[in-house]
Amino acid sequence: MSLQIENLSVYYQTLKGDVHALEDITLDVKLGEIMGLAGESGCGKTTLCQSLIYLNPPMKYMTGRVMLNGNELPIWDAEKMNQHRFRDISIIPQYAMNALNPIRKIGPMIRDLLTSKKVDYKDRLPELKHRLDVVNLPHDVLGMYPFELSGGMKQRMVMVLSTLLDPTLLIADEITSALDVASQKAVSELLVKFLDEGCCKSAIFITHDISILYQIANTITVMYAGYLAEKASTETIIHSPRHPYTKLLIASLPKIGVKYSEKHLKGIPGHPPLLLNPPIGCRFRDRCPLAFEKCTEVPPFVEIEKDHFIACWREGSHA
Amino acid sequence: MLELDHVSKIYKVGTFGGKELHAVRDVSFSIQDGEVVSLIGESGSGKSTIGKMVLRLISISDGSITIDGEDISKIETKESKEYYRKVQGVFQDPYSSYNPIFKADRIFHIIHDEFYPDVDKHTWDDKVNNALQDVGLNPEHVLGKFPHQLSGGQLQRFLIARALLLDIKLLVADEIISMLDASVRIDVLNLLADLKTRGLSVLFITHDLSLANYISESAIILYRGCILERGSTEKIFDNPLHPYTQMLISAVPRLDQKWATKVKLDSEAAHLGVPTGCVYYDRCPYAFEKCKVHPEIIEVSTDHHVACWKVSDSQEK
Repeated sequence: MSLQIENLSVYYQTLKGDVHALEDITLDVKLGEIMGLAGESGCGKTTLCQSLIYLNPPMKYMTGRVMLNGNELPIWDAEKMNQHRFRDISIIPQYAMNALNPIRKIGPMIRDLLTSKKVDYKDRLPELKHRLDVVNLPHDVLGMYPFELSGGMKQRMVMVLSTLLDPTLLIADEITSALDVASQKAVSELLVKFLDEGCCKSAIFITHDISILYQIANTITVMYAGYLAEKASTETIIHSPRHPYTKLLIASLPKIGVKYSEKHLKGIPGHPPLLLNPPIGCRFRDRCPLAFEKCTEVPPFVEIEKDHFIACWREGSHA
Repeated sequence: MLELDHVSKIYKVGTFGGKELHAVRDVSFSIQDGEVVSLIGESGSGKSTIGKMVLRLISISDGSITIDGEDISKIETKESKEYYRKVQGVFQDPYSSYNPIFKADRIFHIIHDEFYPDVDKHTWDDKVNNALQDVGLNPEHVLGKFPHQLSGGQLQRFLIARALLLDIKLLVADEIISMLDASVRIDVLNLLADLKTRGLSVLFITHDLSLANYISESAIILYRGCILERGSTEKIFDNPLHPYTQMLISAVPRLDQKWATKVKLDSEAAHLGVPTGCVYYDRCPYAFEKCKVHPEIIEVSTDHHVACWKVSDSQEK
């Protein structure tokens, strides 16, 4: 078991009160697993990963604990986390293309980073060069400034950099969202390759596009408004989802071959609730076609079949 | 109504503008009234450059673009207001289309002051309300708010409503849904398709083929500024002939099958100068000797054109 999260709650402090961004998250990621994390914008997927790596104000740690390889991560203590960041847990940020220091050549910048982690650059250089080969970048990039690289090259450079110390957990935050289909596919395949080569031991892949997760992820977790909605293996989520939100989310994807003139696809009506003073009970209640009286209570996240977790009174109760 | 005739765009790049980048090469196509045409390609294929040329945001290096028979490069700046009554654009990032200091409905006030100064405020407000309802928004919920208080989908629909207020004939939609969530995406697409029934033409620029297939009648596949395949969407999707189109279609993440082949990435060297052969030569799995000569675009069946030697050779046999 690489990552275990138990009852994690994280709020944002604002002048108007607390924004309940993450509520009672319990999940685990196994070694060698790519976990896909899906949901609409504002559902807390980035907050979840951000709190694993750098929980800074206005984020506020409330409850819960996070275990990595059996050791507890001090996520509430930004200082203590320093020894784990990059070494044990690393991130490819959403803004990967702008993540490199613009006034430093890439090689020296990596040396600075490694020195700050007390790792010798020269020792790591052969491995670094090997990984540049893996992502199809010339070794010359180490002597270049970031502006000399194209967006796609910078992104691949950041992928190499993030995984240089073989982290146990790699978080990939929306790394495919701004790319075209061919690059999307190439980047996703690279991530799988990294895992195969042992550059990282497990990964969380955040995206709002479930169809990419189907291609590469082992399990998919669907979040809605700060709560986990459903978690299961990729096949189960795509082919037999149980949570009404997951069903609607999958139904709203345009499929190749479907035309407007033949079939009108539907989006999910309504909007996610505001998480400042969130509604009581199931947060999907207002948009849910199946909502009934019981939904005014928060549904527990229960296992209805082996490795299939769901938070819904309609589906979870009779299991 | 819109016609592009051998349009090219050359950017000057390099330290002193000494090098040339051919962003669009010899592109010709037309859009009829009430038609949705998709421009499909990877980043750097020149699709946005074409959109910007149609919107007169950048100049045309060669060739001509005409709308209802009028050459748009000959329109004087003074008269350009009339042009923008007919043609409007909506862009990828809705957040950066607004000034965050002002309320989002300021975009409607600007249209009022600039284009319809004679309409009195009351009539105008009704018009705005109607336009908002047309794009599926409840005016009471969205008016009087700042951009950060609205979601990306709402802001994007605001921009479409703004374009509708002008009674436009052509909408240039440049990647308008790639920033939106999957659940809102389809609503905006449906909205575009509804507008089509009112006689609005749409130039739909995208990299996602499944979206293009969903709403458009014709599609144009672009690569490094050249048209590789064009024709009716149905024909291109059911029977993609160009190796590039086949690669693009196989790269679309889909829920009924997994990726089979590996994708070969663009070498990403800046595409300077004029290539002599087929632009896809470096990446094409079928490339052979003849591909070092530029292939002409030929009609393989009614309303289906392809520029590929492999296809045209097999046609001759």
